[in-house]
Amino acid sequence: MTITLSQVSKVFGDFTAVHPLDLTIPEGSFFALLGASGCGKTTTLRMIAGLEDPSSGSVLLGDQDITALPPHKRPVNTVFQSYALFPHLDVYENIAFGLRRQGVKSVAGKVDEMLDLVELGPMARRKPRQLSGGQQQRVAVARALINRPQVLLLDEPLGALDLKLRRQMQLELKRIQTDVGITFVHVTHDQEEAMTMADQVAVMYGGRVEQLGAPAELYENPRTTFVANFLGTSNLIEAEVVDAGSDHALLKAADSKLRLPTERAHTTLRAGDRILAGVRPEKISLTLAADEGTIPEGRNRVPGTITDASFLGVSTQYVVNSPAGPELAVYEQNVERDSRLIPGADVVLHWNPAHTFGLDSAQAIDAGTGEDAA
Amino acid sequence: MSAPLTPLTLLTAPIRWVRRNLVVIMGSLALVYLLLPNVVVMLFSFNKPAGRFNYEWREFSTDAWTNPCGVADMCGSLGLSLRIALTATLIATVFGTLAAFALGRYRFRGKSTAQGLIFLPMAMPEVVMAASLGTLFLNMRVNFGFTTILIAHVMFCLSFVIVAVKARVMSMDPRLEEAARDLYAGPAQTFWRVTLPLAAPGIAAGAMLSFALSFDDFIITQFNAGPSTVTFPMFVWGAAQRGVPVQVNVIGTAMFVIAVAIVLVGQLTSNRRKKQAL
Repeated sequence: MTITLSQVSKVFGDFTAVHPLDLTIPEGSFFALLGASGCGKTTTLRMIAGLEDPSSGSVLLGDQDITALPPHKRPVNTVFQSYALFPHLDVYENIAFGLRRQGVKSVAGKVDEMLDLVELGPMARRKPRQLSGGQQQRVAVARALINRPQVLLLDEPLGALDLKLRRQMQLELKRIQTDVGITFVHVTHDQEEAMTMADQVAVMYGGRVEQLGAPAELYENPRTTFVANFLGTSNLIEAEVVDAGSDHALLKAADSKLRLPTERAHTTLRAGDRILAGVRPEKISLTLAADEGTIPEGRNRVPGTITDASFLGVSTQYVVNSPAGPELAVYEQNVERDSRLIPGADVVLHWNPAHTFGLDSAQAIDAGTGEDAA
Repeated sequence: MSAPLTPLTLLTAPIRWVRRNLVVIMGSLALVYLLLPNVVVMLFSFNKPAGRFNYEWREFSTDAWTNPCGVADMCGSLGLSLRIALTATLIATVFGTLAAFALGRYRFRGKSTAQGLIFLPMAMPEVVMAASLGTLFLNMRVNFGFTTILIAHVMFCLSFVIVAVKARVMSMDPRLEEAARDLYAGPAQTFWRVTLPLAAPGIAAGAMLSFALSFDDFIITQFNAGPSTVTFPMFVWGAAQRGVPVQVNVIGTAMFVIAVAIVLVGQLTSNRRKKQAL
């Protein structure tokens, strides 16, 4: 069922965890709330679960206003961070808990079915503490799913697992979601997790949604510096608008001229305005300065000097200092590696102007990097 | 690499053995130190003393065991002590648990004062508390008896229950109750199905402590008892002036055996449950 948050906010004392927020989570989608700790994503999730009362606004499930409904009356279940399995009940009773509370008399068939789904049949009589992290996580999912909720909420459900298990559980969760077809709302701080699993991602920062969209859209065309830096790596070049054309704007960074498609500029374009021109590292090609003539016409180019090159097997990561900006990152696939591209070499960075995005220069250029992104 | 048997290794081997088993040796010695008095009491419950004093071993007899209530007033005082201990435990456990949840879960005005006051009965010398409570009852012109003893016992038992339960409540993950509410358990069901079972070990510890403290309290009881309410510890103390009957050893031994049995049964059932689960 569709969840609609309209003007929902949450204030704790003098701290605003969530600023008035409008969000529509479509039925049957895998929706991720992505952000660093303290960005309000968990608070938002808890307001959907009913574990937190919104300070203002309303929560709608389908057409029904559930804002005032206590958690046990909402057809919504949660997989908690660190699972919150009942330690005094065994796996079977943990899974049966929700059905029993709803007054279901014969739970055996459904519980067995659920145990099969998460492949925990032989563990039915074990206590949660006798299970591994991955098994506990599966019990937590089964315990929520057995109730056939309209919406399943996942609060960093994979945070406590090691990397390999996390990948495995990501696929598992995605499979379960496809099988049961209900709406999943997934809170995470792991951008890779959000991008691999979700159909729609809302990136949150400081209690606000910075940008909402499909993972590819967020990655290719970020609207704010936070999204640009938090999802992957971005090169943000400070530039000045020279000419705001109809489909391409002309920018100037140091002595380089850059072209920016106007529909990818997320700020007003007026000649003389400052702007941040962004481009992803893997979109950039490197050519030795001596060979500049071989670069096709119409590409954005910036000169520079390689300061660092790290070989990563499938690719090489370069750091290039340029008059246009310090420490620009460039990722090159190791297809036909030019052995002359070594630290100290003078190079030209060039890319298709269609990959350029324009951001408001009033924002912090390093938002979403460093500790901020933890 | 095994060392050859030289005179030196013959000498160091026992030292090494002691070193390796030091913890067990020290533990056993501590246990002997703690349990020896109980063994003596148990042994003398089978004695047939010559006079009124049961301090010297004469001959084996089961007289006291076959006739535990043979001494005038003793079983009456035992019954009184048990009634007081059970009632005080019940009241202190119920109210102490409620107070522990309030102190462990919520913030309110005067919380730190309340916490300080709760520690007071444990920190204060018993005789001070006993005398001041007695004075209070006297000034209020209350008749000393069962009720005054009960009030006094509830007062100090309450502190121990609160401390035991609060420790447990504070260590409970609040998310477990949120999970219960999320899984369709209303407030009452959440309490009975999740909160109470999780807090149960703390509550049981507090209740057991209360019972033991109330049952063997002498000083506070002495100050707040009436002429007709003689509890078991008071009886034993009174009897000690004239000579302790063997039956006192019988009751002491029985209490000890019951306590040990309760602990053993608890241990065994939890062990068996663990084994079943594996």
